[in-house]
Amino acid sequence: MSILDLFKRRGTAPVARERLQLLLAYERNSRGKPDLVAVLREEILAVIAKHVTVDQDDVQISMERGERVSTLEIDIQIPNQAALAA
Amino acid sequence: MGKVIVVTSGKGGVGKTTSTAALGAALAQTGLKVALIDFDVGLRNLDLIMGAERRVVFDLVNVVQGQAKLSQALIRDKRIDTLFLLPASQTRDKDALTEEGVGKVVAPLKEKFDYVLCDSPAGIERGAQLAMRFADDAVIVTNPEVSSVRDSDRIIGLLDSKTVKAEKGEEIGKHVLVTRYDAARAARGEMLGIADVLEILSVPLLGIVPENQAVLRASNLGSPVTLNEPTNIAAKAYLDAARRLTGEAVPMVMPSERKGFLDRLLGRKAA
Repeated sequence: MSILDLFKRRGTAPVARERLQLLLAYERNSRGKPDLVAVLREEILAVIAKHVTVDQDDVQISMERGERVSTLEIDIQIPNQAALAA
Repeated sequence: MGKVIVVTSGKGGVGKTTSTAALGAALAQTGLKVALIDFDVGLRNLDLIMGAERRVVFDLVNVVQGQAKLSQALIRDKRIDTLFLLPASQTRDKDALTEEGVGKVVAPLKEKFDYVLCDSPAGIERGAQLAMRFADDAVIVTNPEVSSVRDSDRIIGLLDSKTVKAEKGEEIGKHVLVTRYDAARAARGEMLGIADVLEILSVPLLGIVPENQAVLRASNLGSPVTLNEPTNIAAKAYLDAARRLTGEAVPMVMPSERKGFLDRLLGRKAA
């Protein structure tokens, strides 16, 4: 933190308020309902599993919940046909 | 093989989660591999203090119940790449955790990480007992205030009887971390002093974290204070405490009553 920051700093409370509003809006909305991201995750994995056998270790899932959009990133390593035949 | 450390207190609101985040980040800032586990199922907050609340996909209960692999549930910190968080579940109650399940999570983490910090829920019930169950060491977070000291004493009793280490007849390493310390109020006799707290609890001192505005600022921003304002006195207290946890001998700095600019200008006396 520089000396300049001391003068221009408007306080961290606004950041806290925004973070909380975003989080609580999501949590209140999802109370009692199944978690959409969890449902998507389960169903996407189920569809994949119908066609190929995937080791759970080869699945990486990450998420970033934003104010207007959320991103769900599912990285699945699917063994190709040649590898399966070998 | 790493070390499992429970951050506990009995009483709520004394700074367990803040201290877990700050100590964990401080350890990881030196390059050590650190995993933080939030044991406060149903009332998780370590994710929020760490600024990872929007990135939680899986949680401790998912791993315990086999719905996710440990590697999938761990969230890597965006600022320090040797720091990881295993969040608590927000929706399920504490009964979702079993001793066996927790053991299966802690054991592999202990293999892979240098330090595993378990953020305990308040209270002395099941959740708090599971958080301490597999600990090698305990950090007892205490405010210089009667009810906090009393509850810390109660927790020390549990650490010495209900942990795996205690049951094997070994001694669990215990360290008191005094937080929200106000040197001026202690000097005026309005607040218990460090010596009082240590004498009552008879547990060695890990550090003294002064009451400081930087701690709230860090929580507001979702960044551990040791990262957010590393030169701040509260951050320095955590950085020193973390070094002491690793066995380094770091001299203890007693926070002195520092007069503010206005106080000096107006010639106010603190004591």
